[in-house]
Amino acid sequence: MTDTTRGASTAERVIVVGAGHAGGTLAALLRQGGFGGLITVFGQEEHLPYHRPPLSKYFTDGQPVKWLRDPDFYAEQKISFLLGQKVVSLDRARKTVRTGLGDEHPYDHLVLATGATPRLLTLPGGDLNGVLTLRNLTDAQHLRSAITTDGALAIIGGGFVGLEVASAARNRGTEVIVLEREARILARVASEQLSTIMTSLHRDRGTQIRTNVQIAGLRGHNGSVVAVQLADGSEIACSSVLLGVGAIPRQELALEAGLLCDQGIIVDDAARTSDPAILAIGDVTRRPVPGTEGHRRLESIPSAVEQAQQAASTILGVPQVAPEVPWFWSDQFDLKLKIAGIVAPESQATLRGDPATGRFALFHHRDGVLSAVESSNSAAEFMAGRKYITHQTPIAPLRLADAATSLRDCVLV
Amino acid sequence: MPIITYILPDSTERRLEVPTGQTVMEGSVRNNLPGIIAECGGGCSCATCHVYVDAAWAHAFVEANDDEAALVEFADGACAESRLACQLVVTEAADGARVTVANN
Repeated sequence: MTDTTRGASTAERVIVVGAGHAGGTLAALLRQGGFGGLITVFGQEEHLPYHRPPLSKYFTDGQPVKWLRDPDFYAEQKISFLLGQKVVSLDRARKTVRTGLGDEHPYDHLVLATGATPRLLTLPGGDLNGVLTLRNLTDAQHLRSAITTDGALAIIGGGFVGLEVASAARNRGTEVIVLEREARILARVASEQLSTIMTSLHRDRGTQIRTNVQIAGLRGHNGSVVAVQLADGSEIACSSVLLGVGAIPRQELALEAGLLCDQGIIVDDAARTSDPAILAIGDVTRRPVPGTEGHRRLESIPSAVEQAQQAASTILGVPQVAPEVPWFWSDQFDLKLKIAGIVAPESQATLRGDPATGRFALFHHRDGVLSAVESSNSAAEFMAGRKYITHQTPIAPLRLADAATSLRDCVLV
Repeated sequence: MPIITYILPDSTERRLEVPTGQTVMEGSVRNNLPGIIAECGGGCSCATCHVYVDAAWAHAFVEANDDEAALVEFADGACAESRLACQLVVTEAADGARVTVANN
């Protein structure tokens, strides 16, 4: 497909460990950029890369898998996949990876895109049937078959995955109880104002939400979960439990190989790890974020794609594109949430629109400059907010609060 | 099969056959053309498939809905010809259409 043949004469070898959104995107971007060497992608799952965000809806409407690229694409692009294979170790001195089968594969550039694994709770009864997580296609299939309309679904953890599943389950009439350890849902990932709005939107649609809850264990009958036991001695009857309490970066390979890790593989803004021949991208990384100090885990598709572009530019030896304000989306009921930026400390929130209609945006600002926008069914507010965050555009909060004032007239320039 | 001409960010042109029923975005992704990222996979969520449809071909596609119009309004480099390629479903009427890929 490509006319340029960079890498062909020396047969440069790129190995990507991880066949998720990040790894699959990187492989395509390398060919797009004219890389003519060998590209091999190892995937522990048996599947080619697919879109994960739809998995939280998969079990309700049974929509087919949404592949990242057409399955024929990779052969045409001369991208090799070794699926169902686990890479078990790296040899940085010899520049090889070893698989569970004992095969060794040499690389010139190694890209770790191993993702994250759902955090499990070490609870009594945690291994009962009907106790589920949601990360991959197999999980989604289990969730789909586990959930029936005549039994309640208890969701432990009121984060985005939990709430997306809650909305999909409520849409099909399943009774849903969300159990959150913190004082509010989305405590780690959204502002207090958005948590309040989402709590009432979910409750209006029949989701039960309980906060400040301590889980003592899970009770089973004939090997299957029948109730969540709380620390206060009460029980919540259910026929399945979804654990939605975050994900742990799968950094073992990097850690054992001596790469710098700190709850995620530490990378720079060109996706480089502490070894110049090894890059890391996606949910496994802890990365710099424009406008904030230190490194963060972002765990989003836009971040994975941005890092795939960074890694491709590093391997191809071309200039990096400008860094993006972080953002992500979440679909719940009829709400399309889009969130950009990181809420700055000591910032104020201005609400535009009416949460009761599902159409609103929260602008977080300090000294007349936005740090974050949290929007629902408000694409223009989201796009404008993201732009104003990027350019640190001075804005007039009082004007933003008036939905009749054009977004362009909220800018002080 | 309809032929769509993509004018890429480096000004080169690529003519592709895109099956009817597929979108201009899908045609680009399927052929690994640069510029259209399509992070959300066609959900009208991410605005990473921003293109300009030549005015002469605007009629060949269904008009933008409110969601799409709101997303492109503040996209970098937005103008009257701006569309999201994931919403441009190809029909026989689009045979010969020319779209310029925005520099995302």
